[in-house]
Amino acid sequence: MSSTLTRGASPSNSHAISSARAMTKLPPSKRPRTGPMVDRIFGWAAKGAALLTLGLLVAILTSLTISAWPAISKYGLSFLTNSTWDPVQEEFGGLVMIYGTVFTSLIALLIAVPVSFGIALFLTELSPAWLRRPLGTAVELLAAVPSIVYGMWGLLVFGPVLATYVQQPLQALFADVPYLGTFVSGPPVGIGILSAGIILAIMIIPFISAVMRDVFEVTPPLLKESAYGLGATTWEVVSKVVLPYTKTGVIGGIMLGLGRAIGETMAVTFVIGNFNQLDSVSLFQAANSITSALANEFAEAGEGLHQASLMYLGLVLFFITFVILSLSKVLLLRLRKGEGEKT
Amino acid sequence: MSTSALHQARLAKFARRKRVNILATTLALLAMGFGLFWLFWILWETIRLGYDGMAWATLTQMTPPPNEEGGLANAIYGSFLMVLLATCVGTPVGVMAGIYLAEFDTKSWFASLTRFVNDILLSAPSIVVGLFVYAVVVSRFKSFSGYAGILALSLIVIPVVIRTTENMLQLVPAGLREAAYALGAPKWKVILSITLKAARSGVITGVLLAVARIAGETAPLLFTALSNQFWTSSLGEPMASLPVTIFKFAMSPYENWQKLAWAGVFLITVAVLGLNIVARILTRSKI
Repeated sequence: MSSTLTRGASPSNSHAISSARAMTKLPPSKRPRTGPMVDRIFGWAAKGAALLTLGLLVAILTSLTISAWPAISKYGLSFLTNSTWDPVQEEFGGLVMIYGTVFTSLIALLIAVPVSFGIALFLTELSPAWLRRPLGTAVELLAAVPSIVYGMWGLLVFGPVLATYVQQPLQALFADVPYLGTFVSGPPVGIGILSAGIILAIMIIPFISAVMRDVFEVTPPLLKESAYGLGATTWEVVSKVVLPYTKTGVIGGIMLGLGRAIGETMAVTFVIGNFNQLDSVSLFQAANSITSALANEFAEAGEGLHQASLMYLGLVLFFITFVILSLSKVLLLRLRKGEGEKT
Repeated sequence: MSTSALHQARLAKFARRKRVNILATTLALLAMGFGLFWLFWILWETIRLGYDGMAWATLTQMTPPPNEEGGLANAIYGSFLMVLLATCVGTPVGVMAGIYLAEFDTKSWFASLTRFVNDILLSAPSIVVGLFVYAVVVSRFKSFSGYAGILALSLIVIPVVIRTTENMLQLVPAGLREAAYALGAPKWKVILSITLKAARSGVITGVLLAVARIAGETAPLLFTALSNQFWTSSLGEPMASLPVTIFKFAMSPYENWQKLAWAGVFLITVAVLGLNIVARILTRSKI
């Protein structure tokens, strides 16, 4: 290795060159020092892995669109408003499933939001310090229980209990009341929209309450202490200081829960009843959701329009959850950014 | 208004505020109880009914036809194999992407976009992953297979591992990296033997959480690995898995199938919650 190589040397042997230069005490080269080959390969591999994640999203969207194309080109957007789902006559519309997905998710939110708020309030303001960790862990474990466990429990344990102790009394009470009566009509067997909604609520409580708890904890202690110092009660501090400060984050958490509820498959498939007709708005009526239609029919659907229609449903599902989860992410990011500006 | 009337009004208002506060805190306490109630109910039923279905035969025999004796051995083996291989495929990709986001490119639009997309994939419906793999692999090769199941599961592992790896690498103090650079170490060496090593337990936690997540996943396996009544170690064939078998057995009217399904639920719950608790202990001793 001679020192004349210093100028115009290829970067791959720059290591050897720099040691040669150190020995002969030449002035440092003007060429920026590039790392050895391994370094660049490692960098490429890392970037490739990150690109793969982005590519995955694009690949999912394209492949679903291609597979759903026969149905998209035949029905267009009227697929979303047509309630006939008839594999025998080869006529497909997704309204029943979309209705089931939206309705069960709304019931889930209705139950899960207040409960999650209560849990977050309890864990951040009321609980003694030594109880916080075990209680928080216990609630988070609810999120770890696999959805098939919820499904089986819901079908064989919770459903019958719901039918005997909730649905039948409700029916006896409200059967003759106009409007309310239609919501509780139908067979009280513990399967249908209501039980799916309740089980979804249990499943999303840990997600919503974890986000709420996190955002409640970013409220600057100074703000809370000022309010307490003026004599505010715990409830006043939470509702008038913490909640206004964190509202974007709270909404982000609710959106996250909604996205989870819409995409949940197995638990819903077990308890919703898989009934492809929309003939009453009763809460006790068996129904169908996008995810359970996919889980039940896809493996048996023949190639052709039936499968393409199911793919179309999957595409609709992915699109809805994508929009909702993006909104949730944007809201949470905004809260974090505001926090950075204030401190 | 006289001072005493004013005093009265203040006291009344104070009493009302206190009542509202007591009501709100009681409701919060009830909400906490509501959450715990479901956890304990589900765990209790799982243990009670699952323990009934557990027997030595459950672990050693194949899945039976209706109303015959049998076990879950092929389903347990299939689940184990697919989860293991999916973790082996997904973990390196996830760790590398996490390294990229934490060490190479923290601020550019590309990194922010990747982070954003990754967080969405983390919560995206897993059944869509199943549809994707069906469209790309199963319909092309005209057969359900263990490979397709492994691919679907590994696509679920990746986002989980990326998230935890990135978070854990960001916790490593910059001084450690600078010290290694000052000694002349190249970047790949700094990352592999300094930062990644310092964040090791956190990264392992991420992998454990990912394993716990896919061990209970049913939806992505329904139209990829499908199911199989018999023992198979060939990944090119449809493969049984615990969650899909539970789904099939639980929805059936046969009593012995339902009993086996409860045993399967028991096994899965114990494994998944156990992994979660181990993961939590690992991070606690770290921080």
